[in-house]
Amino acid sequence: MWFWVFVGPFALGLVVFIYVPILWSVYLSFFSAYNTVTPSRFVGLGNYADMLADPAFRSSLGTFLVFAAFIVPTTFVLSLGAALLVARTRVMQTFFRSVFFLPVACSYVVASLVWKMSLFSGVASGVANAAIGLAGHEPIPWLSLTDPPWYWLVIVSARLWLQLGFFMILFLAGIQRINPVLYEAAAIDGARGWQTLRYITLPQLTATSTAVLLLLIVNAFQAFDEFFNILSTFGTYPPYARPPLVYLYYVALGRGQDFGHGSAGAVILTAVIAVVALVQGRAMRLGRED
Amino acid sequence: MAVVAKRPQDRAAAAVRYTVLVLAALLFLLPFALLARNALTLDQDLNNPEWHWFPPTWAWSNLTDLFTNPELPMARSLVNSLLIAVTQTAGVLVLSGMAGYGLARIPYRWSNAVFYTITATLLIPAAVTFVPSFVLVSTLGWISTLRGLIIPGLFQALATFLFRQFFLSFPKEVEEAAFLDGLSYWGTFWRVVVPNSLGFTAAIGTITFIQSWNAFLWPLVIGRSQEAWTVQVALSTFLTAQSVDFGQLFMGALVAIAPLLLMFVFLQRWIVEGVERSGIGGD
Repeated sequence: MWFWVFVGPFALGLVVFIYVPILWSVYLSFFSAYNTVTPSRFVGLGNYADMLADPAFRSSLGTFLVFAAFIVPTTFVLSLGAALLVARTRVMQTFFRSVFFLPVACSYVVASLVWKMSLFSGVASGVANAAIGLAGHEPIPWLSLTDPPWYWLVIVSARLWLQLGFFMILFLAGIQRINPVLYEAAAIDGARGWQTLRYITLPQLTATSTAVLLLLIVNAFQAFDEFFNILSTFGTYPPYARPPLVYLYYVALGRGQDFGHGSAGAVILTAVIAVVALVQGRAMRLGRED
Repeated sequence: MAVVAKRPQDRAAAAVRYTVLVLAALLFLLPFALLARNALTLDQDLNNPEWHWFPPTWAWSNLTDLFTNPELPMARSLVNSLLIAVTQTAGVLVLSGMAGYGLARIPYRWSNAVFYTITATLLIPAAVTFVPSFVLVSTLGWISTLRGLIIPGLFQALATFLFRQFFLSFPKEVEEAAFLDGLSYWGTFWRVVVPNSLGFTAAIGTITFIQSWNAFLWPLVIGRSQEAWTVQVALSTFLTAQSVDFGQLFMGALVAIAPLLLMFVFLQRWIVEGVERSGIGGD
């Protein structure tokens, strides 16, 4: 059976390392499971009720919403803008494209180090503080202040820098697929810069835009690396600004090793993200019909 | 390229465009410049409130100190990261390449059912499954082992999906000629299909390598003991938990991104293609 010779090894691994853990986790979510993966005390939907009633869990969903509200529109607009600018550029096009794309090679850990200890370091030698110092402003402790919550600027700008190039490449690929005949026809009809953008380029990018929006939301939902590395100091994470995965990390893998509640949380988060994906896919498809 | 005579407002627009691009490019390069500057600055100079673009003293000693510092297991973590990234890349290419070919080309009654079972996992964000996967791996006793760090990451549904899409568009005539020459599916795949798919394979391979090298959450969860740290976990531990010599830490970060920057210079074409393919699902 040649089919299974080719597909079998992958399919087997997928079952063992994806399906089994997920089903096991659903099973665990109905039990009280501290420090054990073979629990005996069945608690029904108790873990789910606990999670939904836990203010910390709900606040982690709130943190995700705030984060998404910042990062999704800014990345979308700026990566589209960068793609449009780069696409219209003849001289040094490859150079500009490479520069904006380069951070894709950088890890979130390394970017967090630069953002935390150099760009937005709270001391006067930090770059942001040196810059506002030129205007005579006192240094700001960017990360330890909650009012105003400057840490959002640090978190959001780090991810923006890291992922903008990735989405710019997607938009550039979309722009290159637009049939040049459309632009020629528009030029004959007397369309100018903004009109061409509004009536040709953007409508032709609908499929790309849908994919980009979905990826941005799903990626924001899974944010962990930059929150964990920028905000925790001396091994402790502040009680605020915990996105879902950071919260889950501390519940399931912290001192308690509470796999029951951790699994219930993972199931709830999976459901949330699946609903987001479905609703968004539906909404964009409806949008395309008119 | 010949430039057509421009009206003054077009020239003004181009000037604005280039100004914006140059400023944005400088802003994008700034973090790299800071990383390089700090990596070559002595720890005590880093807190000097006086601004300087270049290190007051060039601290090349940071590099040698980094690799001789007994508290920061830099060499070990670099070896771990390299082992993990290389084996995961090779593993994903072989497993997903074969599976993608089987799904695209070998007729089988349940082929569609298998395909949907695989793509269904794309709906579940990988990072949300880290708790269940941790439970499994700890049951297997794979915590703090290379097995635990490598094997669960070998089964990438997205890569299989992309390989399948790619092989669906592979010219059938080439394979038919191979079958006429008496090659089986196995021989056709390895001797004819693979050698003609190296560009696509390079695109998926470079992206997989970058993701594997830069991965953080899974290595953090699994690599509990120091011997199992990847370079990202080692850097993070010293960034978040302990006070260290920051000149050395920045040098560590520079060493950690150096392989990827080199890849970027020489393989950018494949990385761009990999991003395009994986971002929009290859359709």
